[in-house]
Amino acid sequence: MPTIELTCISCPLGCPLKVETDQDGKVLGVTGNTCKRGEDYGRKEVSAPTRTVTSTVKILGAAAPVIAVRTKTDIPKNKIFACMDEIRKACVKAPIHIGDVILADIAGTGVPLVATANAEKSA
Amino acid sequence: MTYDVIIIGGGPAGLAAAVSARENGAQDILILEREKELGGILNQCIHNGFGLHTFQEELTGPEYAARFIDQVRERNIPYLLSTTVIGLTQSEEGVQVTAVSRENGLMVYSAKAAVLAMGCRERPRGALNIPGTRPAGIFSAGTAQRLVNLEGYLPGREVVILGSGDIGLIMARRMTLEGAKVKCVAEIQPFSGGLKRNIVQCLDDYGIPLKLSHTVVDIRGKERVEGVTIAQVDEHFKPIPGTEEDYACDTLLLSVGLIPENELSREIGVELSPVTNGPKVNESLETNIPGVFACGNVLHVHDLVDYVSEEAAQAGKNAAKYSANAPARGEEIPVETDGAVRYTVPSRICPQRMEEDLVLRFRVGKNMRNAYVCVAVDGKQVLRRKRPVMAPGEMEQVKLKKEDLQGAKSIRVCTEEA
Repeated sequence: MPTIELTCISCPLGCPLKVETDQDGKVLGVTGNTCKRGEDYGRKEVSAPTRTVTSTVKILGAAAPVIAVRTKTDIPKNKIFACMDEIRKACVKAPIHIGDVILADIAGTGVPLVATANAEKSA
Repeated sequence: MTYDVIIIGGGPAGLAAAVSARENGAQDILILEREKELGGILNQCIHNGFGLHTFQEELTGPEYAARFIDQVRERNIPYLLSTTVIGLTQSEEGVQVTAVSRENGLMVYSAKAAVLAMGCRERPRGALNIPGTRPAGIFSAGTAQRLVNLEGYLPGREVVILGSGDIGLIMARRMTLEGAKVKCVAEIQPFSGGLKRNIVQCLDDYGIPLKLSHTVVDIRGKERVEGVTIAQVDEHFKPIPGTEEDYACDTLLLSVGLIPENELSREIGVELSPVTNGPKVNESLETNIPGVFACGNVLHVHDLVDYVSEEAAQAGKNAAKYSANAPARGEEIPVETDGAVRYTVPSRICPQRMEEDLVLRFRVGKNMRNAYVCVAVDGKQVLRRKRPVMAPGEMEQVKLKKEDLQGAKSIRVCTEEA
């Protein structure tokens, strides 16, 4: 049976986890954890891992050439690079403010890409 | 005019100190910031993970900074941007601050109290003694971060990173996302000083190897870096012959520690700690120079910005109180350290002047499991707390009670192994 080894990041202890799955990737059990949070982390990390992606997109008409952005919530981990492809193509015009939606649905995840910094129109 | 409180630095520490100084009665406050914007280093830290303690949500650096910048603006606290403080001296009113800017030229301000909030900078290559040539393509991790995140410029395509500090780990992920190939992270210590979550989410996620007990022993290339050699080191950090591996790369990033930026502190005669490279402060976060307070990374390098904001709020409050009515300094008792405790902030405590509770922050020098943090006053233990895990990369704190310190002659903070 396949076993996946992980480091738990739920707290600074960093327990070494072993997550056992069946042939289809279904989680059978988690060992090595010292609390419930470790088990939950192990299960989620193996079955449906997610991450917040932070990056920058090009901006025109502002003092700086780029503006910081994030996915508003976590997205599936296997969508990170698809997400980056769209981020790289995106371009916005100043002014942009924190929370402004840059892309409504990034990489088909249903999650919007939002600005995390302010950029006023440069004189 | 004489300001109540002048704050040197408009990063997270300076912003929180300013807000707190105003909340505690200081009217005339001025923040001096050398960059074009408030927010300090947070502006280039576009990754998330900030503010979990303060705001109970995960913010990016610029979002965290914006919360405090809004608070400064709501209170109409004046600030000057693109203004570099070049001198700090004592004067009859308290302190005299000399600053320059392109717009205003040379300016001299006087204030009853000053808060040092200048932050820290990265340890440069010159301090590392790496052999080899000096080609272009060697950056500190923070410089690379600035180039990518603020200036929209990717400084390299094939990267090796020396040092596994958090900025190095964050940049390993960032450069990978931008299309660079990060070949490995070499760490001379047998453990990483970075946070676990960063090792998992910045290296493991992208299959970037972390080579512990390894360092760079050679850099090749004349105009531009062409490659580096990495070797394993023994317990004395000496390279082990025969373990050398060559990596072709055009870029070497250094993430090898941070140094508090204390040139101004030195000028005014602030006594510095050889352990933290930051000022020695008392329970009020006041240095040996009356009316000069310190907080944030200029005082000691923090792991979480939330603690910077908390500490800075204390410094701002105490500076405001000092500017209203400079309190007499009572006898200050030095805080002794033992076991794995490397230092404490504060390093001196006046039991009469301290508030009911005092947060004492420190770092340990090694990884420990199931150890205890103990505080003894005059040889008698007043506090013993279990810590499932302590690591050099993470700041620790204990809360001292005023009642425990009354009449104290000595205070000692130590760790006890299980």
